[in-house]
Formats: sequence, C-alpha cells, structure tokens
Amino acid sequence: MTKIQHSTGRFLTRLLMHSVLLCLLMAWGLSVSQTAAAAVSDAQSRALLEALDTRSFQAKGDAAQAIAESDAEQKTRWLQALLDGRLGKERRGERFYIVTDDSGREWPIIDAITFEDAGTGTRRTVEVFKINNDLRTRIQGLLASLSLSAGNETSRLAAAERLVGEVTADNADSVRAMRDDEESQSVRGQLDVALALYDVQQGDIDALETLRGNLDTRVRNTLTPIAAGDSELAAEAQSVLGGIESKRAWYDRAQTLFFGLSAGSILVLAAIGLAITFGVMGVINMAHGELIMIGAYTTWMIQQALPGQPGLALALAIPGGFLVAGAFGVVIERTVIRFLKGRPLETLLATFGLSLILQQLVRSVFSPLNRRVTSPDWLQGAWQINEALSLTLNRLAVLLFCLVVFAGLWALMRYTRLGLEVRAVTQNRAMARAMGVRATRVDMLTFGLGAGVAGLAGVALSQLTNVGPNLGQGYIVDSFLVVVFGGVGNLWGTLVAGMSLGVINQVLQPWVGAVLAKIIVLVGVILFIQKRPQGIFAPKGRTS
Amino acid sequence: MTTQTLLHERDRSRQAFLSRSTLLTSLVLIVGMLVVLVLNALPESSAWHVSNATVSLLGKYFTYMLLALAVDLIWGYLGILSLGHGAFFALGGYAMGLYLNAQTSPLPGWQSIMTYFPVAALAVLLAPGLLALVFGWLAFRSRVTGVYFSIITQALTFALMLAFNRNEMGMGGSTGLTRFYELLGFSLASEGMTVALFVASGMAVLLAFWLCRAITVSRLGRVSVATRDAEARVRFIGYRVDHVKLALFVVSAMIAGVAGALYVPQVGIINPSTFAPLFSIEVVVWVALGGRATLYGALLGALVVNYLKTVLTGVMPDAWLFILGGLFVLVTMLLPQGIAGVISTWRGKRHDGEEQDRQEVSA
Repeated sequence: MTKIQHSTGRFLTRLLMHSVLLCLLMAWGLSVSQTAAAAVSDAQSRALLEALDTRSFQAKGDAAQAIAESDAEQKTRWLQALLDGRLGKERRGERFYIVTDDSGREWPIIDAITFEDAGTGTRRTVEVFKINNDLRTRIQGLLASLSLSAGNETSRLAAAERLVGEVTADNADSVRAMRDDEESQSVRGQLDVALALYDVQQGDIDALETLRGNLDTRVRNTLTPIAAGDSELAAEAQSVLGGIESKRAWYDRAQTLFFGLSAGSILVLAAIGLAITFGVMGVINMAHGELIMIGAYTTWMIQQALPGQPGLALALAIPGGFLVAGAFGVVIERTVIRFLKGRPLETLLATFGLSLILQQLVRSVFSPLNRRVTSPDWLQGAWQINEALSLTLNRLAVLLFCLVVFAGLWALMRYTRLGLEVRAVTQNRAMARAMGVRATRVDMLTFGLGAGVAGLAGVALSQLTNVGPNLGQGYIVDSFLVVVFGGVGNLWGTLVAGMSLGVINQVLQPWVGAVLAKIIVLVGVILFIQKRPQGIFAPKGRTS
Repeated sequence: MTTQTLLHERDRSRQAFLSRSTLLTSLVLIVGMLVVLVLNALPESSAWHVSNATVSLLGKYFTYMLLALAVDLIWGYLGILSLGHGAFFALGGYAMGLYLNAQTSPLPGWQSIMTYFPVAALAVLLAPGLLALVFGWLAFRSRVTGVYFSIITQALTFALMLAFNRNEMGMGGSTGLTRFYELLGFSLASEGMTVALFVASGMAVLLAFWLCRAITVSRLGRVSVATRDAEARVRFIGYRVDHVKLALFVVSAMIAGVAGALYVPQVGIINPSTFAPLFSIEVVVWVALGGRATLYGALLGALVVNYLKTVLTGVMPDAWLFILGGLFVLVTMLLPQGIAGVISTWRGKRHDGEEQDRQEVSA
C-alpha cells in the first residue's frame, strides 16, 4: 500500500487505487472463505474426526496431524479441544461434540462440526477422546505451527515460543519454511532458537552458536544431557551451557537484589516514621507498629466503601491513611507523650500500653481475623524482563512508593518552614523558643507527621500482606533496629540501613533459611550497635 | 560540704540490712506461706480449705515475683531497663525442662548431661548468667545505655524466640518442652510435690529478696544507685561503671533463670512464647506498678498484676489487654512511683533507706 501511495503521488489517483485495492481484497477474502468451505465438506470433516476414534495414541497422533494439514476451518478449535480433553464422540451415534464446560455433572455441549448448540451431555452419552503426554506434546507442536501461519505478530510470537523444544522430524521442515517466510524479526529469532535446538539434538555443532546466552529453561534442559557426552559437540555444548549458567547467575543476583531492596523498602517505610519521632524528637513510640496497622485498616475500610474500584480506593487511601494515622498520632502526643517529656523509658512503657490498647480495639471493633485488601489490576502480576528475571509489580510499586515518601519527607525537613522549626527545636529547644518557635506545636506536628508516615507504610503493606490486628507488632523490633543501625536523627541513615538489612537478609536466605537469616541479621545488628553505638552515620558534633 | 557529709553519714546508718520494710516483707512472705500451707492441710469440706490448684497458682506467682525482683534490681537500682528479661527466665526454664524430660527418656547428644540434677541446677544458673555476661560485657563496654539498651535487649529476646522456634535447636520447636513426670524421683502430679514446689518457690523469693537487699545496701549497691543517677560523675570519680553494671546484670539474669526453673515444673510446659517481647515487657509493668527501686514494690506489683490477670482473663478475656495497656499508661503518667510510692506518701514523710534510693528516680 505504501509503495503505491508513494509512486502515484496524486490524491485522486490515490483514492482510486485505495478503493480498487479494497475491492480486490474483499473479493479475495470472500473467495478464500468460499473455497475453504467448499474444500472440506461435512463428510470430510467427519472422516477427519473419525480417525481420532482409535485406541492407539500413535494413530490418534497421525489423525491429529492429518487434521492440522487439512483445509478444515475448524481445525484449530478441534485440536485445542482435543488437547483440553473436551473433544468427544456420541457413544450411541455418529455425531462429534465439543464440551464447553466439564466442571459439573451435566456438560453443555456443541456440535463439533457446525458449532451449534447441542444441549447437554454427560459422561455416559459422550465419550471424550483420551490423550497421553506424548500426544499432548505433539498436539501442542501442531497447534503452535498452525498459529504461526496465521494471526498477528503477538500470537505468532507466542506460537514461536511454544515451539522451542517441540520441533521434531515431523514438523522441522514446515517450521523452517515458515521461518524463511516470517517477516517479524523477533518471531524469526525465536524460530531460529527452536530450530537450532532441534539441529543440536541432531548433532549440528554450528547451531549451538544461536543458543549461546539463551536464558530459556527448555534450552538449558535440552543442552544438559547433550553436554554430558564426550564428543566435540558435548564440549561445545558444555561451553554454551556454562555461558548460559553464568548469565542466569547474574540475573539471579539481580533478582535477589530486587527482592532485597523490596524487603528493605518495607523496612524503610516502617522505620522512616520512627526516624522522625524517635530520631528527631527523641520520643520512643512503641505504638508505631499499631499506627502502621491503622493505615492498613484505613485502606481496607476505604476499599469496603468503594466496592469494585480498588484503584480509586488505593489512590484515596494514600492521603486517607496518612491523615487517619496522623490524627491518632496527634491525639497520642496531646494526651500522653507530652506529659512524659524527658523521660524516655516511661514514654516507652506508656506507648507500649497504647499499642496493646489499639490492638485490642481493632480486635473488638473489626475482628481478630485477617482482612484481605485486593490490589488493583495494574499492581498485580509481574514485569517479565526475560526468562530469568521478573519483577513483581506490587513490590516494584512499594519500592517506588518508599523512595517517593522518603524524598518527600526529606524535602519537607530540608525546605519547609515546619522542617526548619523541627530542626531548630531538636537542636536547641530553649533557643528555638526564644526565637519565637512554638515548641509544643512543633512537637505535636512532628509526631503527627511521623505517625502519618507510619500510616503510609500501612497503606503500602496492605498491598503485600493481609491486614490484621498483629500487622504492626512484627515491625516494631525491626524498625527500631533500622533507625538505631542507621544512626539516630538521620533520614539518610535510615534509608541506607533499611535497604542494606533487606538485601543482606535476602542474600543469606537461600543458604540458611528465612528464620536463621533473620536471626543472623538481628544478632549482627546487635553486635554492630555495640561496636558503633551511633550507627552507620554518626551525628556530627556533640548531639549524641 | 558539711551537710553532704552529714547526710552521707545518716544514710549509712539507715542503710542497715534489716530495715523495717525488709523485716515486714520477710514476715509477710513467711506468714503468708505458712497460712497457705495450714489452709491447704484443712479437710476439703472446710470453707477455709485452699485447693492444690490454688497452691500451684500461688507457686507460679512466686516465680513471677522472683522475676520481678530480678528486673527491679537492675531497673530500680541501676537504671537499666531490660526488655528481654523473659529470655533469661526462659533459658532457666529450658534448662529445667531438659532435665525433667531426661527423667523419662534419655536425651540425645550433649543434652544427655542434663540427666543429672546438679548439672541441671548449674545450667539453670549458668545459661542465663553466661548470656548476660557476654551480652552485658559487649553492651556496657561500649556504653550502650538508656533506650538503646532496652531496644537491643528486646531484639535479643526476639532473636532467641525465633531460634527456639526452630526444630533444629533440639528444644521441641514451637511446641517447646512438655511431658514432665518426675522431679528428683518424685512424681510431679503428687500432692506433696505441689506443696514442695510452692515452698521452694516461696523460699527462693525470700532468699532472693535478702540477696537483693544485701546487694543494695552494700557498697556495690550504693555505687549502682549513684550510677543510675549520674553515670558520668561516677565514672570520673574512678569507678568502673561497666563492671558494676555487669555484676548486677549477671546476678539479675541468674535470679530470672532460677525463677524460670521453678516455673516450669509447676506449669508443666516451656515454649518459645516465653521469649516473646510482650512477656518481658509485661514484667516491667509489674515492677512499674509495684514501685521500682523498692524491692517489696516489685513483689507486690507482680502479685497484684498477675492476680488481676488470672481473675480478669477468666471473667472477660477481651478486656485484659485494655486493662494491661491502661495500666502501662496510667501508672507511668499518674503513679510514677507505683504502689510503693503511694504507701510511702500515705505513711507521711517517714523515710527509711529504700525510699531514699527511690527519690529522683528518672530514666
């Protein structure tokens, strides 16, 4: 089309050519469908299906091959139904059916040739054609090459991917022909891999080059036995396999790093609120975990109020969780913490009492059972970068969210009036008051801010785990360790400490298991604090 | 200068081991124990009869009181708040549990040495003691104090809880140790054993009380109180503050271990939940309610809170956490000196040694 457009140049001619082309196309399409319908009569279709009615799986395979090679329009659907075990024959009669739903006792069925509704059938009236594993593989190969010859690029690519490891002597030639006809670069590449794998199995040493660095598990599984031999081919395969393994190892490391950062971002989110209340204000808030829980419950409640709209609910939950948890924080500061100023151990005990009360409150008001918050569609699933590396979307989102919250908080402390006042009050309370800073108001707002950030952590957590009364409890020990490890009063320290603890934990896990990894990290941090009580980033000057 | 010296002299005269409160507390403990024993011996038909279940429950309270003493010794008189004393309690308990298990079936590996009572008794003291020694040495040497210390003790008990939950530890995993039948050749189910354990726990409380009292009136105790109030000053005078802290911390851990060892045969089970941070912090509220820096306050607090817990969890189980949480908040805000503080105010300004110590107790 484009060629024609360029060569003609003039508008009218172009229009004319368009209409002519369209007409031609339509006519051709019509004739194709007519010839196809004419090519296979119902009797022929019946004969094709009849061939499947045999006990021998070999014969069934041949029959399936015949169907695939025939011109029957319905062949894809037949083969798919056969693959799913839903193609069958009437027990006392000659009709063929496709079972559309075999979950119940009565199956809705349609006629296999006309696709017209045929009422219901049961196990007794319809005999489904059985297949075994070899046959299944064969049918899958057939289906793949069928969809290769038709459909758009995406479906052809999917078909080509299915073909890897499925190329056999039966279809090798047709796949090779299709590869030469294929226009899309990516589909052709995938077909090359499928063919190369087949060639290697046939002993072709040059084909190995195509497979170098391929991360597909099927390639690895096929090459492993080949590499076990003693021949030149085996040695070459060994080297290719080695290359594949080391590449996989790198992606595995990237995956571990991602999981570590994701676990770390949760720690940072949980701890960053504490970094403000404990680190900046010096208030030990043992109810911090419960503020996280409140944020998570807010998300759940907003979602209950907006059924069917998890995306909107989540968007509302971010400010909602912040405000609700922040309000709780302000109330806690006004009623309890303010009276315990300068007595950190007492503050610790009183806020611990508050945490017990809040937990029990949630248990009484909602229920002791866990609640499930559904994630919006765009947070479900994974971002498949390649065969060896896929990033779970919700974890990725939490990681980004954590960075955004951190950046926001940092900017708030650095550039706003409130941040300036908070830093002033922390550094020298009396002097700040003398300069006109209302210290008690700053206390209240700072604590509310820390609590609000805990609420944000709760919103993020609700996307990863179930929401329950004990949600926050598990984070309190970790959060404090992160803050202390990073260096009290230092937001950057909290970020680095949380992320590194997350990564260390993930790196240790495959060796020693989840529980022991956690213990090692805990003990490691305890020892580190003994060695360096000021944490990674010691505060400058005489503040400690 | 002169007044300070005078004050010092007066303090010394008042810091006698046998103060009025010490005598009174000992007397109450002994008489209380005897009364329970007599009432227990009454025929069951009598209205005054105290059942074996109650005796066993009181025995359990005694072990809690022992634990509260241990916490009070370092929190009240040294100013270090341990949120992980449940770990020492549990370690003593596990040592006892291993010994009790060994009475019925031989234990595998190194644990087989726990078959012998003297070894087990030594382990009850040494396991918590050594942990406290190592942990305390590391912490006090690098001057980890205040809230930092509290947080890492909490992390310690949390890590131990995770560790003891693992089956590979050989400590029964999450189920813990149970199925105890015999102690020193006597059946644990027998009536005599219940009474014997009650008496043993009571005696342990009495002995530990005297020990703590002796420590607090000694020079060591005076240095520790000084450390609590002005650590830097004590260090500059030339005392090894870390040694003082370590000594009291280890003694305290050992008392907690004994408490755990007495607790296990009376309750019949020890599992990792004893390591849970919640239990350790509950102990702190016993001491806070009773009144820290008074030994009798710790005993009283443990008794009151646990009696409340027994009654309330039976009547309205949902309310217990509200009440416990409320106690934490109210005691710290309204009763910073605990019940003992109320008693001393009520008795007017008639101080004796202990109340002197308690003045200006602030973290």
